[in-house]
Order: sequence, then structure tokens, then C-alpha cells
Amino acid sequence: MSRLAALIARETTLAWGRGGGPLVALGFYAGVATFLPLAIGPQHDRLAAIATGAAWVALALASLLSLERMFERDYEDGALDLLLLSPVPLELTCLVKCLGQWLAAGAPLALGAPVAAIALGASPALAPLIFACALLGGIAFAFIGGIGAALSLGARRGGLLTAVIVLPLFVPPVIFGGGALANFAAGLPWTGGFAFLGAYAAAAVAFGPLAMAAACRNALS
Amino acid sequence: MRAPKNLPKSLDDSLITQLSLKDAAVRRGGRLLFEGVSLELAAGEACALTGPNGSGKTSLLRAVAGLVRLEAGEIGFGAVDASDARGEGLHLVGHADGLKAARTAREELTFWSRWTGGAQAAVQEAAEALDLVPLLDLEVRRLSAGQRRRLALARMLAAPRPLWLLDEPLSPLDARWREGFGALMKRHLDGGGLILAAVHDPLPVATRSLELRA
Repeated sequence: MSRLAALIARETTLAWGRGGGPLVALGFYAGVATFLPLAIGPQHDRLAAIATGAAWVALALASLLSLERMFERDYEDGALDLLLLSPVPLELTCLVKCLGQWLAAGAPLALGAPVAAIALGASPALAPLIFACALLGGIAFAFIGGIGAALSLGARRGGLLTAVIVLPLFVPPVIFGGGALANFAAGLPWTGGFAFLGAYAAAAVAFGPLAMAAACRNALS
Repeated sequence: MRAPKNLPKSLDDSLITQLSLKDAAVRRGGRLLFEGVSLELAAGEACALTGPNGSGKTSLLRAVAGLVRLEAGEIGFGAVDASDARGEGLHLVGHADGLKAARTAREELTFWSRWTGGAQAAVQEAAEALDLVPLLDLEVRRLSAGQRRRLALARMLAAPRPLWLLDEPLSPLDARWREGFGALMKRHLDGGGLILAAVHDPLPVATRSLELRA
């Protein structure tokens, strides 16, 4: 237990400092959200119609930012070797690394998501659901993103490769979460999409670490 | 070099007391690095692993640590199961030291000690043994190559494990610390430890040697 507590503290502080940490992710997120009114035009009703969807897509993009270094640094400097020399299974180590990533990037972004959506013209009544979707979605993004980061270990321009691997896998949470938010805004039943988002996040937590550990072992041997 | 006092030397008796390689072969990138390598190492013994660059010294150490798969042959740890031995019984110090430049020496030493099952008191003792106490609050990036290596070596003292796998442990160290680390290795061996070290210079404590040919 003490090992895992030590690891999660290390992973969160490392992820917090990685590529500027949550401030850079939030800045990127705010930047994308600001671009939209500039590109689409300032008409309020047009913006309001796409506000939740735009905030949601920007969230998926901002989640990509710090993925690249998630395993890469430990792989390059030899720490990944040493993390293996422990009774803790590598799968659990990967899970904790993803949790650290989520605490440092996903959770702060989830706080920013309702702000961005409301700034774009979404109804403030949507804010709690946007926050909940962003929290769950962030878990899915971190665990799916970890698979991409582990698979691109050792590749040149690994960050780009990570994004290409991961973006298609980000599609389901984007659809489920965006659908739930759109339905809620229109007064339609929204729990279905939300439940699917939760199921996808749970599946990512369950299977992601297995894939990450296999990819790490492969990269090391 | 100050005599290493109150060093953690209580090794768990249930752990590795023997390392044996039988006809080991490793292939990397389609090339056979070595084959037919055999070695028997008992508690209290150190083996100097020599050979020209590219002969597979690092790969052999990584194979013992379970990071590289053997092409043929086997590696045994006496009565101890291989995954237990690798999870709790050995330390690896290589060229890539796993230290994060942006974290302080204390943070790194404390984390790795906890990760490898060491006690909090052992961290302080390890830092004292390698004369790192004045450096503990510096970021790793501020340390010289030799100080960094001493920090990497301190991790082994901060969590006692019987088998030390060392990849050119002495190279960045100055004459004083080569002698100093020699004393620490001797102490480890006297406490029932085992050392397998890839070296180019003679290893002061080696009781046997193994040469890999390119």
C-alpha cells in the first residue's frame, strides 16, 4: 500500500509538471474555446447551439497534450526498468500512472469545461452535467491515452503517433458525452448516453492497464 | 572516505543466496550477442563481468533482472522463485539511472526506497553512507555525474536487497569514491549479498570473473 501511495504521489507531481501541467492544458483548452466564436461568428444563438459540443471536443484535444511523456520519460531515463523490479504488478503500476495523469490533467480540465461551455453560450443549468461528463470522460481519455502512449514508446515523434492512435478511440466517449449533453439541453432523456460514457470509462480502466503493461514489456525487451 | 557506519545490512535470509546462469544466450535485434554463458554465484561472492563494447554485458544484467528475454538457457535464483527474486531480491544500477532531473535528490531517494520496500530510517543512513546529506535538497539536474551516480547507488542501501546488478558502477566516480564504494560493496558481501557487475576497470571485491566475447 505504501508503495502505491508513493507512486501516485510521484506520478501526480510528475504529471503536474509535465509539459507545463494543468495550466498549459487549461490554457490550450481556453484557446480552442476562444477560437470558435472567432471562426463561426458571434451570433449568440448559433454559438449556443454548438457550445456543449465544442467544449466537449476541445476537452478531448486538450487531454492529448501531456500524454506523450506519460511513459516516454520513464522509458528513456531507465525508471521504467526499476518500476518493474517490484512486487507490484506492472498492470497496477500503469493504472496508477493513468490516475496520476487524470488527477493532474483530467480533473483540472473538468473544472474548466463548464466555464468554457457557459462562456460559449450554453445554459448554466447544464453546468453540473458538463462537469460530471468531463470527469468521467477525463478518466476514459487518460486510460485510453495511456494505451497510445505506451504503444508509441521508442518511436520517433511519439507524441504525434500517440495522437493518431488515440483519437479514433476518443470517438465513443465524445459521442456518448456529447449526446447526453445535447439531449439534456433539449429536455430529452439523457441518462442513456451518460451511462454509456460511464461504461466506456469503466472498460478503459479495466482493460487499459493490461494493454499498457503489455506494450511497456514489449518496448523494454 | 568516512567509514560507513550503521549501514543497513540486515538482509532477509529467505531471499536470494544463489544466482546461476546455465548456457544463457541473448539475441538483440537479430544478432546473437552471446551464448553458452554459465555462472554460479553464491552468497558473499562478487563476479566481474568483462568484455569489449557491444559484447552484451548490459543485456546479460538486464536478462538477470528479467527485462530481456533469454534466447536459450536459464537463470535461477536458488530456491527462490524468479518473479519473487526480481520483485524483491535485486537492485539494478545502470547507465540510465531513472532519476528525474526536476525532482530533488531527497524526493527521488525517498520514493525509490519506498518503492523497493525500504524503511524511512534507511534513507537517511544511505544518504550518510554516500555523503549525500548536503545534496539532498538539490534538484537532480544540479548534481554532477559522480554525485548522480552516488545517488543511484544510495538507492541500493536505502532498501536492502541481496543481489546487486551493477553496470559500470565505478565509471563516473572519483578515486576517493571508487575506494569508498569498494568498501560498501565489501560490506554488502560480508552481509551475505551477491554482486554481478559489468566493469572495464578491475573490480576490487571480485572473487570471480566472467568474460563475454564479441
